[in-house]
Amino acid sequence: MTEALLAALYIFVVAMFLGFAVITKVPPLLHTPLMSGSNAISGITIIGALIVAGRQEGWLQTILGLIAIILAMINVVGGYLVTDRMLQMFKRKPGEK
Amino acid sequence: MSLRDVLIALAYMIASACFVIGLMWLQSPKRARAGNLVSSLGMLLAILATLFVSGIKDYTMIIIGVLIGSTVGAVMARTVKMTAMPQMVGIFNGFGGGASALVAAAEFFKYATDPNMLTLDVSITIMLAMIVGAVTFSGSMIAAGKLQGVVNERPITYPYQNVINLIFFLTIVAAAVFLVINFGHPWVFLYMTVAALIFGVLFTIPIGGADMPVVICFLNALSGIAAAMAGFVIKNNALIIAGSLVGASGVILTQIMCWAMNRPITNVLFGAFGAVVTAGSGSATATTKTVKPIQADEAAILLAYAQLVIIVPGYGMAVSQAQHAVRQLADELAKRGVTVKYAIHPVAGRMPGHMNVLLAEANVPYDQLYDMDQINDEFQNADVALIVGANDVVNPAARYDKSSPIYGMPILNADHAKQIIVLKRSMNPGFAGIENELFYNEKTRMLFGDAKESLTKLINEVKNV
Repeated sequence: MTEALLAALYIFVVAMFLGFAVITKVPPLLHTPLMSGSNAISGITIIGALIVAGRQEGWLQTILGLIAIILAMINVVGGYLVTDRMLQMFKRKPGEK
Repeated sequence: MSLRDVLIALAYMIASACFVIGLMWLQSPKRARAGNLVSSLGMLLAILATLFVSGIKDYTMIIIGVLIGSTVGAVMARTVKMTAMPQMVGIFNGFGGGASALVAAAEFFKYATDPNMLTLDVSITIMLAMIVGAVTFSGSMIAAGKLQGVVNERPITYPYQNVINLIFFLTIVAAAVFLVINFGHPWVFLYMTVAALIFGVLFTIPIGGADMPVVICFLNALSGIAAAMAGFVIKNNALIIAGSLVGASGVILTQIMCWAMNRPITNVLFGAFGAVVTAGSGSATATTKTVKPIQADEAAILLAYAQLVIIVPGYGMAVSQAQHAVRQLADELAKRGVTVKYAIHPVAGRMPGHMNVLLAEANVPYDQLYDMDQINDEFQNADVALIVGANDVVNPAARYDKSSPIYGMPILNADHAKQIIVLKRSMNPGFAGIENELFYNEKTRMLFGDAKESLTKLINEVKNV
């Protein structure tokens, strides 16, 4: 158990509680955009994919990294765009911009 | 730590803050869209910062991957129909989990050639990220297939299913433990990966279509946890934070969905709900009762002279793409001074908030959309409750019939309205295979036919009243 690991565990636990606190306040009205938006955030794994694909440590890792980038980018770009598309539809009055 | 590393770490910190802001602003529809933009800019910042990480030597694959992924993602997001949103979210979810698994796999092969660098926490989190990511991937694909109708929506069951699944799962755990103790062994790693992929399939096929809201939420949580585990592997705090946020979001939504069905998560995931038509006492008596049909002209009169109409949408509305027709009918009624409200059950449709998105697409103002708790006491004042493709969520048997599979599920009090009009294709029972007593209620009239066609007739008739 290194200090770095302990720090990471702290972050993990605190972020979980932060997530619980923030997300319980999202109204059911917006649960679908919440899902697709948080989905897009889980595409953060793109960071790992970029590092793995770019560090040139063997063809296998590079191929795995490339596929990971493609999947994660679909997740990120698709997730944010589709969330935006949904959220722009929610209006208080008809025709309101 | 070089200056460059410090700047990259700071960029990740800002990105993490952006994700939190994005989720915080989702608390109100007014700021939600701006929040999503902030969140996406955080992601962009994180990606740009990563390009400067010192270990990255070659950008060819990165450029190719980013271009392909962005294009595919953008096209999918632009072209998907709102009714198909649950399967789209499922697919994206699976891709996120798959990406985390692939990162873990790449790290495995890196350390396999150089095990001296390996520490225990890294080897454990590699296995966890790999297993959770792979299960998320294959499970999400099956869930999306079920939602799309490519895979049978009914639960697929076989004898001793849960026992077989459990044994299968234990072999995965055994392989993971073996690998943590004896790192290397690519064949064991391959077994673990393939087994985890198969487990994702086995775990999802017995779950029925109506339980998909829970499964989609659960897989959402898993995709976040997979990302957090990948964060432990590559020692990146942005992944840990973002993954935890998503994990928390998925867990909460799973819990809300289970509460809304009054069934524990274990029952949803392992109960194969809807596999057999359970003959509750409701269905036994139902055969002796008759329903009272109604024609569109008569229904239109009931609606047009009402003061308050509450519309209860369900999955049937999504299937027949009737949300625009619903809005037009509401508009016609509003012109005549009728107050129209929408009652949204938390598990109506195939994912949380599904009905809200469809109605928002049809330009229904969101202040007319009410949650179950907000509107349930208002049904008694409603002159007409108009049920559009909803079934189990308005079945009064849930309140008292202990033999009913949906006993205890909180329902919308549609039966408290003075009149109930049900738009329904035929008398086939709903997904759970349960007869709905509401249809045999004294106050209920059935308007048979495709929801969209019936609504179109109603709109014309209301105009003529």
